[in-house]
Formats: sequence, C-alpha cells, structure tokens
Amino acid sequence: MGNDDVAGGEDAVRLEAVNKWYGHFHVLRDIHLAVGKGQKVVVCGPSGSGKSTMIRCINRLEEHQEGRIVVEGTEVCPDVRKIHAVRSKVGMVFQNFNLFPHLSVLDNLTLGPVLAQGMRKAEAEQRAHELLERVRIPEQARKYPGQLSGGQQQRVAIARALMLRPRVMLFDEPTSALDPEMIREVLDVMTELAEAGMTMICVTHEMGFARKVADLVVFMDAGEIIEASPPAEFFSSPRNDRTKLFLSQILH
Amino acid sequence: MSEWPPDCAPAGQAPSTRLPPAVRTGWVERLRRSFFDGPASSLLTLGLLWALFVTIPSLVDWAIVKAVWRAADPEACVAAQGACWAVVAEKHRVMLFGTFPYEEQWRGMLVVALIVALFVASAILRPLASRLAAMWVAGMAVVLVLMLGGVLGLKPVETHQWSGLPLTLIMFVGTIAGGIPLGVLLALGRRSSMPIIKGLCVGFIEIVRGLPLVTVLFMASLMIPLFMPSGFSFDKFLRAQLAMTLFFAAYAAEIVRGGLQAIDRGQFEAADAIGLGYRQKMTRVVLPQVARIVLPSMINEIIRAFKNTTFVGIIGLFDVLRATSAAMQDPLWVKFSIEAYLFVFLLYFVFCYAMSKYSRSIEDRLTVRH
Repeated sequence: MGNDDVAGGEDAVRLEAVNKWYGHFHVLRDIHLAVGKGQKVVVCGPSGSGKSTMIRCINRLEEHQEGRIVVEGTEVCPDVRKIHAVRSKVGMVFQNFNLFPHLSVLDNLTLGPVLAQGMRKAEAEQRAHELLERVRIPEQARKYPGQLSGGQQQRVAIARALMLRPRVMLFDEPTSALDPEMIREVLDVMTELAEAGMTMICVTHEMGFARKVADLVVFMDAGEIIEASPPAEFFSSPRNDRTKLFLSQILH
Repeated sequence: MSEWPPDCAPAGQAPSTRLPPAVRTGWVERLRRSFFDGPASSLLTLGLLWALFVTIPSLVDWAIVKAVWRAADPEACVAAQGACWAVVAEKHRVMLFGTFPYEEQWRGMLVVALIVALFVASAILRPLASRLAAMWVAGMAVVLVLMLGGVLGLKPVETHQWSGLPLTLIMFVGTIAGGIPLGVLLALGRRSSMPIIKGLCVGFIEIVRGLPLVTVLFMASLMIPLFMPSGFSFDKFLRAQLAMTLFFAAYAAEIVRGGLQAIDRGQFEAADAIGLGYRQKMTRVVLPQVARIVLPSMINEIIRAFKNTTFVGIIGLFDVLRATSAAMQDPLWVKFSIEAYLFVFLLYFVFCYAMSKYSRSIEDRLTVRH
C-alpha cells in the first residue's frame, strides 16, 4: 500500500533540528523528520530513546526548546491559539488509553468536539455512533470505561481521537498496556485507519504492524534518529549496528 | 492467531457442575460468629452486656421514668429525682433564637425549617448540580429576606440581633458555600505555574492553617475595623462569616490539592490532546474526578465546620450554644443546665449525623457508576 504522494503537497508533519532537554539530560538531539500526507511512520527504539517525547512534542504535550515543528502548515509554538489549532488537527492515542472514567463512552467521544469546536451535541453524538461502529463497539456507547476490556477501551480512545477529524494521528505505544489477546483487535482498527489514508505516526514495537502498514520505519536511540528507511529495507538490511542489535533483541 | 499450540488449545470439556462447599447459615450461626467467636470475643461480649446492664436502667430511670417534662416553675424539678426536661420547654425560645426580637421569632423558625428542607430536598431529590445550586441560591435569598426584613412588611432586624439556631445554620451554609469554591481556586492556584499567584495561594493557605480559628475570628473582629475608613463600619456578623469562610477555604484547598495530585497525568494530557482549554479541562475532566476522591475528607471538614460555628460565641455572636448558656444565666433554672446542654448536643448530633449519612449515600451512588 504505497501511499507516497509526498510530492503532491507539503508535509503533514515536519520536524527540523528539534532539540529538547530535561534539565541537563538531552532527550532529543537534532531530530529531522518529514512525514508526508497519508504517510505512515512507525517509530521504534529502546525505552528511554526519546520516541514518546518526540511525538508528544508534535501536539505540544511537551515543549521542544530548539528547532521547528510544523503540522499541516501551522508551526508548533508557545502561542495558545496556534497550539489549539495544532491540537484540532492532531489526534492522539495513549499507552494507557486515558479515557475519562467519570464519563460514559459516548460522553468521552463528544466532550472534545462539543467544548473545543462548538459542535452541536446531536451532531457530535451521531458522529460518535458512526465511529464506534467503525471501531466495532457500537453497543458500548452507554457504558463507562471501567466496564470495558483494555482492547475495547483503546478502540474507544481511537474513536475519541478521530472525533475531531484529525489530519494526523499519533499513537504512543497503543498496544503496550494490553493483554496479548487484545492487541490484535486494536492493530486491526489501526490498519484499517491506515488503509483509509490517514497520516499516522506510531510509536510501537509491533514489528508485524510496521512491516504491513508503514511507509517508513524510524529507529531512535539515545535521543537521535539512527536510521529511517522503508520497512523492507529496514528489516532485511539495517545499516547501523545499534539498529541490528535492537532488531536482534526484538525479533526472536 | 488462528492456530493454537496443542497444549494451549481450549478444552472441549463441559463446564464443571460442582457446587461450592456448603456454608452454615442461620441466626444462631451469625450470633456465634459476631459475638462468641472464641474466648476473647465471648468475654468481651459478656463484659459489655454487664456494663450495659448496669448503666442503661439507671439512665432510662433518670432520663425518662423520673424525668419532669413540663413544669411552670423549677420547684417541681427540684422535688423530682430525674432529668428536668422542663428547662428546655421553658427556655427553648431563648436557646433557639437568642436575642432575635421575640415577636419576630417565627421568622427564625421559618428560616430553620427552610434550611433543613433544602438539605432534605438535596438528599432525597438528588438534583443535578446546576439545579442544586439554583435551589440553594433561591432558598438562601428567602432566608436573607426573612432574617433582615425591611421588605414585604417585615420589621427590619439588625444582624447583631441574629442569634441561636438560625445564626448557626446561616453561618454554616455561608461558610461552605463560600469556602468550597474559594478552596478549589486556592488549590488550583497553588499548582499554578505563575509564581505570584502560586506564592499568594501558598502564603494564604499556610498562614491560615498556622493559626487557631479563635485567632482568625479575633483578627476579623478586632483588626478589620482598624483598616476601615472611619465612619464605615463592617458588620460584625459579616466579619465572622468572612473569617469562618477563609478558615474553611484554607483547609478545603489542601483537601482539593490532595485530590488533584491523585489524578493521573494522562487525564490532563488526554484533555489537552482533544483540544480542551484550561477551564474546560478543569471543570469537565479533572474536578469531577477530584470531587469523587475528596468527598469523604471534605464531608469530614464540613462537619467540623458545622461544629466550629460554636466559636463565634467568643467574639460575641449568639450561636445556639452561646444562646443556651445565656438562657442558663437565669438563677431559677441554672441547676438544670445539664439538661439544656444535652438538648443542644442532641441538636448538633442530629445535624452532623444526617450529614454523615448523606455523604455515605453520595459515595455509594458515585461508586456504582464505575
């Protein structure tokens, strides 16, 4: 599913020389990454390599200190309105789902569009039902997150992120907190989303997913992008020694 | 996904039909388990039964059998062996309404009834938060009209004449209604990234928490007038109300802060990610969850605030306890102060116990949801 229409327009997400420190600890070092519209990028690397931090900078959950991040033509900067604009274009799915436990599934979905975008309640609910249908849990709309399995919760979280009609979806280790038998149902939804042409940046260790869906696999270590190449090349002939070591550890 | 390793394949057997082992039931068994479960338990049960056997009959004898319920003059009580509840019948107007003008005390009674009705309605009807607030605002507006007078043909009553149970209840409702929102703001301010706001909130909370309530009341009562321009007097009731509210807010703020710390960072991030602003994030995502967490400790603090209203007696306001002690200045009845105070204690207990039960019912309702 080569969806390389990068040449057709500007990049959906572009990171230029991005640097970030936690205190004196240099978490992101000179990150350059361009993600074209409709492209799927899988980011992998050992824990603590800065991959989560990188994608969290894209919707300003973390601040970068140097360099530029541009999302669909809007630069991510301290201006509150710009941040709001970027967040309305970017959906995010977290490792621990982060659904709002005091709200029903339906309210979890409609809260953002109704409050942040002024969508009418009825319209938001209709869209929520459509999306729940799409992630295959239409019957759970009235339940509370605590009554759902992990896999169901993560699919609700994906639907919630899609409510705002984002141009880009960020996934921060979406299957790491799931029991093995539930990983598949979440990956299936993500694969469908990819096939529908969504731009996706996905931090994951699901290499099967990367092989199947990704246009580009990015390997990070110690805050740097060590290697970025299409999956066929990445898995068959990694160039860097650190990449080889990581792959040997993760692909048994 | 589809192939299972042979030894992991789901078993094709029918589900087990074995029942759990039988458990002995019945009231004899329950009695044995609750009261005679081993020698220590049996001994304790017997000891307590003996203690009750010794105390209950004499207590009943004093409080009910030999008690005097009605008497025009205290001589009848002196002659009797039991409790003199007649003192309550005789002095209840002063105890409950203190220095409120005698002919107007029906207004005080109405105020008490209205506030109690508001509590009961809140507990039974379980209205939405917005309706609850509207109900209380309307109810308290009526309360103020009744207490202040000056309109609708009601005789004006100065706040320094407010006293007794209406004073206690109004002071309490005012303290909670002002203190909780202020406490939430202080707690949010304490977590603010803006240093001046944070500093002010931390300073306020730590200073107030470092002072006894009595000191805060004295400061409000004696120092605020010093700062006021001459000729401008700041009502004594309002000064006490302000002091009580600020004192309560400082403690409420720390309770709310604890609740805020218990909320997972992911909740804030998810709210950010779906584009909510700070206010929306707090009011729709974070604070509703905080409310659930802090409810038991907040109710604890609220009950304490109710009992703290007795402190306003120190700066010369006649709350129900102070009004009772004033009523007991009467040399004819002073011997029966114990009965009068027992009545007041009962009054406090009923209010506090009702609040405690109400909070339990809210907790149960909230935990059912998820």
